[in-house]
Amino acid sequence: MFRVVPGDPLSMYIDAGLGEEATEVLLQQYGLDKPILEQYIIYVKKVLRGDFGISFQYGKPAINVIGERFWNTFFLMITSLFIAFFTGIVGGVFLAWKRGTLIDSLGTTIILIVRSAPVFWTGMIFLSLFAFRLEILPLGGMNTPGTYFPNQLVKFFSIDFLRHLILPALTAGIYSAATPLLVMRTSILEVIKEDFIELARARGIKENQILFKHVMRNALLPTVTVFAVQAGLAIGGIVLVETVFRWPGMGREIVLAVAARDYPVAQTAFFLIGAMTVIFNLIADILYAYVDPRVVWN
Amino acid sequence: MELIKFIIKKRELFRIEIIKNTIRFLKQDKLRMIGISIFLFFLVIAIFAAYIAPYNPMEMNFDGDGNLKRLQPPSKDHLLGTTYMGRDVFSQMIIGSRIALLVGILSAFCVVFIGTNIGLISGYYGGKIDNIIMRIVDIIYGIPFLPFALILVAILGPGVKNIIIAIVLITWRNTARVIRSQVLTLKTRTFIEAAKVSGAGDLRIIYKYIAPNVMPLSMVYISLTMGSAIMTEVSLSFLGYGDPLLPSWGKILYSCYSSQAMFKAWWWMVPPGIAIILLVLSGFLMGRGLEEIANPKLRIR
Repeated sequence: MFRVVPGDPLSMYIDAGLGEEATEVLLQQYGLDKPILEQYIIYVKKVLRGDFGISFQYGKPAINVIGERFWNTFFLMITSLFIAFFTGIVGGVFLAWKRGTLIDSLGTTIILIVRSAPVFWTGMIFLSLFAFRLEILPLGGMNTPGTYFPNQLVKFFSIDFLRHLILPALTAGIYSAATPLLVMRTSILEVIKEDFIELARARGIKENQILFKHVMRNALLPTVTVFAVQAGLAIGGIVLVETVFRWPGMGREIVLAVAARDYPVAQTAFFLIGAMTVIFNLIADILYAYVDPRVVWN
Repeated sequence: MELIKFIIKKRELFRIEIIKNTIRFLKQDKLRMIGISIFLFFLVIAIFAAYIAPYNPMEMNFDGDGNLKRLQPPSKDHLLGTTYMGRDVFSQMIIGSRIALLVGILSAFCVVFIGTNIGLISGYYGGKIDNIIMRIVDIIYGIPFLPFALILVAILGPGVKNIIIAIVLITWRNTARVIRSQVLTLKTRTFIEAAKVSGAGDLRIIYKYIAPNVMPLSMVYISLTMGSAIMTEVSLSFLGYGDPLLPSWGKILYSCYSSQAMFKAWWWMVPPGIAIILLVLSGFLMGRGLEEIANPKLRIR
């Protein structure tokens, strides 16, 4: 599909002054001298062997270019989904508990507004508020330029990294928190009406225990289902968040690669983003089995 | 004569009844009414955009001395100030509402039209056809939406038409799946059996007896898709793949972000965001309101 893009990649990455023979050699090196269908078959074969081709832009294997970015995106995503589900569940319980009051209607309205705000716009607002006006958080990127880390692990747990992580994770988290929150709220209201809750009350179980042990557990089921759908959406949001905060992840890389017509990198990023969606769906399914004892493995 | 008068009177009464019912229906749910009012508000603005906008949105404005009016705060001349290139933000916003609504409404109708038909066919015929269609739906669910749309628009070239194509290619899956499950339950009802026994053909059953029953659900999906389609257009424009000649809301934000002026010019950054929020919100509220009609179970809550 990528190959249909108008604009020959060669004209961008091969110097026009190069001789005829040298161009031929480069063409062969990148495999661009064969027909498109053959290129595709070769590509699929190579991917199965773990070879994603060489980036036109950077001149090194595309998988290495994306590999560095993959973990950056992964960390951002995990943090934002955690924020989303924590606020979603706690907020949903809180609003359901306050049902019918002013706080409930005010809270629901705010959530609906947040849900409709484009995620990159929220990011821009956050940037100008916290980074520009208050100057308490960095303006973007992932580390302060010039900092050195001995290895990846140290980098991901350094304070500098965490400070850079706060705003993008919060932006993406708030964006994906709205739907689980609303689902949680309605499903709690639904479960509260059930007979077995009435029965638990009649048995003299404390209100707190009813809320956390009986109501919440049952209300969590639809929320976990939403998680799967939300993870797919969150990846789209991540592309935008990374662009706004100049976070060096896969999402930003795919935008840059498409603009630069760097097919191998764009294809690899797309492939890995797809894989990530599948993984998050799998996690949701496993969580579902964990929360709902009626679902069994077989 | 008497009879004709009677009929006319009846008809008049009937018409009043319809109007009364509509008003009562609108009053029933405040949120739904807010949603519809916001939508109508933007619709009116979009229709009369050319008359409301005081300046040409892409024109660079100069002051008396011939200097470019760069990043001017809101004033009497420029209600929402000017951009880095001296363009009038208010006019851009007004013209931008056209693109948002065009993309929203057009793609919503295409998506729901395609999705409903596929859902009807898949649900009604069942068996192999259903299996194949549902596996395709599963595959499409696995495609990350925004990256896909981004690549597709990059291939086909930036522009409103290609953004709509990208949205339609992916989003029909949601409608198709929901309509299919609705058709599965409708199929077993007695009136469908009766139609079959009296010799109605497949197409007649699908479009005459089943389709009207899934219509309310399709309407729900039209409003919901409108919101997400607008969001997609805005996002793609923000990534730089909007129509280069038209000032869509996403493109206003894109130029605001890329000109590095967003910290200085709140009047350039805030209004498009608020407009997007309101329009997307109205789609959601209308969808929710319609859902209560489509699914009476929800009304009790």
